[in-house]
Amino acid sequence: MRSFDFLMRQRLAVGLVFLGILIASYVAVVVTEYDVVKGFQSIPKAVIWSSENFYPDEKSLKRLPKIIAKMQETLVTAVTATTCAAFVGFLVAILGANATRPHWVFSIVSRAIASLFRNVDVSAWSLILLFSFGQSMFTGYLALFFVTFGFMVRMLMETIDLSSADTIEALRATGASPSAVITQSVIPTCMPQFVSWTLFMIETNIRSATLVGILTGTGIGNLFDIYYKSLNYHAASLVIVVIVIAVLLIESVSNAIRRVVLQ
Amino acid sequence: MPVLHVENVRKSYGGSSFALDGVSFSIEKGEFVAIIGPSGAGKSTLLRCINRLIAVTSGTVSVDGTDVTKVSNSGLRILRRTVGMIFQHYNLVNRLTVIENVLHGRLGYKSSLSGTFGLFSHAEKMRAYELLQAVGLSEQIYQRCGQLSGGQKQRVGIARALIQDPTLMLCDEPIASLDPNAAKIVMDTLRDINQRLGITVVANLHQVHAAREYAHRIIGVNAGKVVFDGPPSLLTLEIIQQIYGSEAQDLMLAEGELHA
Repeated sequence: MRSFDFLMRQRLAVGLVFLGILIASYVAVVVTEYDVVKGFQSIPKAVIWSSENFYPDEKSLKRLPKIIAKMQETLVTAVTATTCAAFVGFLVAILGANATRPHWVFSIVSRAIASLFRNVDVSAWSLILLFSFGQSMFTGYLALFFVTFGFMVRMLMETIDLSSADTIEALRATGASPSAVITQSVIPTCMPQFVSWTLFMIETNIRSATLVGILTGTGIGNLFDIYYKSLNYHAASLVIVVIVIAVLLIESVSNAIRRVVLQ
Repeated sequence: MPVLHVENVRKSYGGSSFALDGVSFSIEKGEFVAIIGPSGAGKSTLLRCINRLIAVTSGTVSVDGTDVTKVSNSGLRILRRTVGMIFQHYNLVNRLTVIENVLHGRLGYKSSLSGTFGLFSHAEKMRAYELLQAVGLSEQIYQRCGQLSGGQKQRVGIARALIQDPTLMLCDEPIASLDPNAAKIVMDTLRDINQRLGITVVANLHQVHAAREYAHRIIGVNAGKVVFDGPPSLLTLEIIQQIYGSEAQDLMLAEGELHA
């Protein structure tokens, strides 16, 4: 008779993984002295507190011009860092992609740089860069630049290899020079993806920039931090409202651009 | 002097087996040669060794008397511009217009700078337009290639190859992704450029009936070796079986259906 031990073993493996997760959660709860019941009970309390304190009042509206100015500063930083990083990232991606690299060594170097910059989190980059550049806009700009650069190199290398390999071959066969192959085939083919990823990173970076601002003491993040720590909850909530509106606005603008570019 | 001379070419992709294992043949000016064989026989590799899209492991390939395997990078560009190539998947830049794709065929004649910025003369644009007229696409010149049908795309590919003023045309499975009607138009166009312009055509074909109908000469390849080289009239059933091995049965069935 045929034995179906394999299926049984597979089921057993899934069970063991599940059991492992349960044990790990239990150990974590015990070590951190987390009270599960109390944790859930505090949610309604938090909601009540927020609705009593965390809303913009008339007095906080006077601070609106200042908040908007800081929001603009943060938006500009995020957009500049993203677009610069996207551009440099595209160049490095062209050097590193299998289909366009001048030599295989470039591939390895590009890949290594990309994973280093991408895998260190943006907040970690901010802290690292704080040591060298202090509390300034430039620190935040660099942190956003690094992460975006790593991400763009990685995504664009894949895009180039997946979508332009065929046309690169055709243009090489006509005797086109390497630089002509890039401008006539790689760039037109990858442009929609390039624009799309850049817009995606602008959206992501506007959110990250707020967090980075808390760490580097600049922009809207810092303003929120100041209001929050000085117990001015009304003003702090106004900051949140402004951020949400800005993010939604940028998202609708970038969706509109995407529709035009990707058709 | 033959247009193309291939001598004892071997290609290995690492490992002990050879994708091409001692291939030799000569092709004279004006011939229409079909290379047939089962999938994985090395047809595509062979074609790409001719313009060095793939470098040979050993042996020589000469085009118009120039040794492709030894030529310098700049020499290779000069050689490639006289060798047109069309592909199974057309390999067009889908986001660009039809005429832009045809003009890409002139890039081999451009300096790096004017090629990079895509600067084409009025004469070149006129020529592209005439070629598109000749392949029946004068209505579509400003359409994006992505919007064309497969048959139309392949005709853009042919126009891109023709604007190179090639002496030799390499066709890698030109009709494998096309319906029978579009395939006939493409093959008729290839026959036309062969007969009218005297351009030598070397085509990889999977379809034996197309090879029989259009080629002056058929080269059968199996497992990286030439197992048949002669006119279509000598291509008997036994030889087809020899070329295609176990695939022959399916092929015969498909052929039968086609002629039924």
